[in-house]
Amino acid sequence: MTAPTRSVALLVTCLVDALRPSVAEATVALLGQAGFAVAVPRQGCCGQPLLNAGDADGAADLARRMIAVFAGYDFVVAPSGSCIATLREYPRLFAPGSADAAAAQDLAARAFEICDFLDRHAAVLENAPRWDASVAYHDACSGLRQLGIRNQPRALLSQLPGLELRELATAEAAECCGFGGLFCVKYPAVSAQIADRKLDAVLATGADFLVGGDLGCLLHLEGRLQRRGLPLRAVHVAEALAGQVPGGGQGPADGSGRG
Amino acid sequence: MDSRDFPAQAAAALEQPTLQRSLAAMRTAMPGLRATALAGLPDYPALRARARDMRDASIGSLGELLRAYEARVIAAGGTVHWARNAEEACRIVGELCDAAGARRVIKSKSMVTEEIGLNDSLQRRGLQVTETDLGEYIIQLRGERPSHILAPALHLGLADVAATFEQHHRRPRAEPLREAEDMLAEARAELRAAFLGADVGITGANFLVAETGAAVIVTNEGNADLSMTLPATHIVVTGIEKVVPTLEDLGVLLRLLARSAIGEPLSAYTTLVHGPRRPGDAAGPRAFHVVLVDNGRSSLLGTTQQPLLRCIRCSACLNHCPVYTSVGGHAYGSVYSGPIGAALTPALTGIAAAAHLPNASTLCGRCEDVCPVAIPIPDILRHWRSQALAARIGTGPERPGLRAWRYLAAHPWLYGRVLALAARVLRLLSVPAGARRRLRGLGSLGRGWFAWRDLPAPDGETFQERWRRRRLRQRGA
Repeated sequence: MTAPTRSVALLVTCLVDALRPSVAEATVALLGQAGFAVAVPRQGCCGQPLLNAGDADGAADLARRMIAVFAGYDFVVAPSGSCIATLREYPRLFAPGSADAAAAQDLAARAFEICDFLDRHAAVLENAPRWDASVAYHDACSGLRQLGIRNQPRALLSQLPGLELRELATAEAAECCGFGGLFCVKYPAVSAQIADRKLDAVLATGADFLVGGDLGCLLHLEGRLQRRGLPLRAVHVAEALAGQVPGGGQGPADGSGRG
Repeated sequence: MDSRDFPAQAAAALEQPTLQRSLAAMRTAMPGLRATALAGLPDYPALRARARDMRDASIGSLGELLRAYEARVIAAGGTVHWARNAEEACRIVGELCDAAGARRVIKSKSMVTEEIGLNDSLQRRGLQVTETDLGEYIIQLRGERPSHILAPALHLGLADVAATFEQHHRRPRAEPLREAEDMLAEARAELRAAFLGADVGITGANFLVAETGAAVIVTNEGNADLSMTLPATHIVVTGIEKVVPTLEDLGVLLRLLARSAIGEPLSAYTTLVHGPRRPGDAAGPRAFHVVLVDNGRSSLLGTTQQPLLRCIRCSACLNHCPVYTSVGGHAYGSVYSGPIGAALTPALTGIAAAAHLPNASTLCGRCEDVCPVAIPIPDILRHWRSQALAARIGTGPERPGLRAWRYLAAHPWLYGRVLALAARVLRLLSVPAGARRRLRGLGSLGRGWFAWRDLPAPDGETFQERWRRRRLRQRGA
C-alpha cells in the first residue's frame, strides 16, 4: 500500500516567474522527486510589496485571492522565504475570528519555503547531483528570522557530492544584504554599500558560488557583482539542489547517493 | 540636519571616512560582545519575556505608578513636576534654575533633554550649560547632536577631538594634542571646574522605581554622580514611561540593559537617588526635583505603537542595524536615530516631517530580534509607512506605481501578460556578460536600481507561460 500522493501547489513568486523561471523548474523537479503531485494554478502576487509599503487593504485584497487560488491543495511551496513569510502574515490582515482569518490561518499552516518543506518531508534528496564547487550560503532575513530557516538549506546542500559549504564571517553572516524591496531603489547608495559588505564577506571565503533562497536578494547581489565586474555567481538553492544551475558545471547524481 | 533630507545625508555619510571607521568597528565588535554577555545569563529568553510583560503591565498602569512614585519623592522632601510637552518641560526647568538663583548648570547625558531641546532653552535664559559626559561634552563644544544614543561622539575620531579641544580650551600647550590620555586630562580639568562651580545639576533617569521613589541613573563615567551630588539643586528630567513597579522589576531591566548595550553585565555606575540631602548626610543637593515629560508618549497608549514605550534605550537595535551601521545617526536628522528612532520619531514629530525614517529600513527584523523588550519595530515601521501612504506623503515615485501594480496583481491573467512582456523586453535589451546576460540601464527608468547595479537578464518568457504551454502540449498529445 502506498500513501495517496499529496498535492503541492507551487507559489511561483513574481520575481522567479518573470526574471528566473529556471528556479521554478528546479522547485517543481525537487517536489516531483520527493513524490508530490505538483500543480501551478494561475496566480498573481502574494502582496508582499503592498504589505511592506503599508498598504494593508491592498495586501488583504491580494491575500483573499491567494487563499482562493491555493484552496484544496495539501501544501503550498515557494522558492522564497519572504513570500512564504507574507502568507504566514495573512491571518493578521483580517479581523480575529472572521471567516477570512480562519481561511488565512489554514493557508498559513500549509505554506512552506522549499528547503524547509523538503527538510520536513524529504530530508534525504533522492537524486543529489554532483557539484564540484565551493559555495557560501546567504541567509535571507525573512527566512532566517520569520521562518527559522538556517540549517535546512545547509543540510540539503551538504548532500551534494563534491560540494563544499563555506560560512561567512560571523559579523556579516547575520546581516541583511541590503535588498529590502523598495528600499533598494529608494536609498540605492546605502543599499549598495550593505550589499558590498555581504559580497566582500562572500569573496573572503573564496567560494565559487553565492547560494541563497530568495531571488530578490540574489538579483540585487548578482546585479552588484556584475556592476563591480566580479566573476562570482549568485544562484538559487533550488537550482543547486536540482542540479540545474545554468552553466554551473553540475553533474548527474553520481550513484554514491541514493538515486 | 532634517529628517526630510535623509537620502542626501545618508549618501554623504557613506563618504565620511572617520564615521565609516567607527561604524565598521561597532558593526564587527558589538554583536559578538552582546551575544556573549547574554549567553552568560541563565535563561535570556525567559528574562526577555519577563521584561516585556513587566514593561507592558507598567505601561498599562502608568498613572497609578507615577502617582505612587511622586508620593515617595514628596515624602523624601523632593518635588515632582509634570510636563505635557517639550515647551512646558523646558519652562519648568528654567524656572527652577531661576528660583535657585543659578548661573551655571551641569548636565549628565540625557536623551530626553536632547528631545526637548533643553540646552538651547536654558542658554536663551542666560544660563551657562556644560555637558559632562565626555562624548556629549565634545559634541556640545562642536554644536552637534549625538550620533548614537549611548556613544554621542561615535562619528568623531581623535583628530577631530584634538582640533575641537585646541579651539575651545584656551590653554598653553608645548605641542599639539595627539594622545587620547592628554585629551582626557584636559577634558577632566575643564569639567572639574564646571562640576565645582555649578549651581544646578541636571540628569536624566534610566528608570524610576514606584515602590521606593528611586531615580536610577546608569553611566560609565561617574559624571552623573558628580552632577547630582555637588550642586545645591538636582533636577531629574525623564520620560513618563520610565517607571517600573518594584526594585525586583528594576533588577530584571538592569540585567538586560548593559548586556544589550555594551556587552557588559553592568555599567560602571548604577546609582539610585531618592531626594535631597537628609540631616546627617555628608553630601547631596539641598533641593531635589523630578520633571516627568510626556511629549507625545501618552498618545501612544492603546495604539499598535504602544510597545515603543517599553524601550529602555539600550541601543542594541542601532548596533545591529544594517542601515544605522552604514550611515550613522546624523543622517536620520532626528534626535533618536536607528531603528528605534525611525519608529519613535514619527510619534514625536508627526509623520510628515519624518516620512523617510520608517522607509529607511530593509525590514530585516534584526532590531526586533536583539531588542531586550521585544519591541516589534518592523511592524511599527510598516504602520508609519501606511500612515504616510494614507496622508499622501511620498518618499519616492512609488505611490502611482504601487496603485497600478496593485491593480495588476489583482488580475492574474493581465498580470501574467505584463510580466511576460517585461521579460521579453528586458531580454531583448540585455547584453552579454560572460556566460550570461545583463542589463546595464534602462535610460531614465529604474534609476534607483541601475545607479549601483546591473540587472541579471531574464530568460525572455515567464515560468507560468512555459508551464501552461507545456500542459497544453501534453493534453494535445
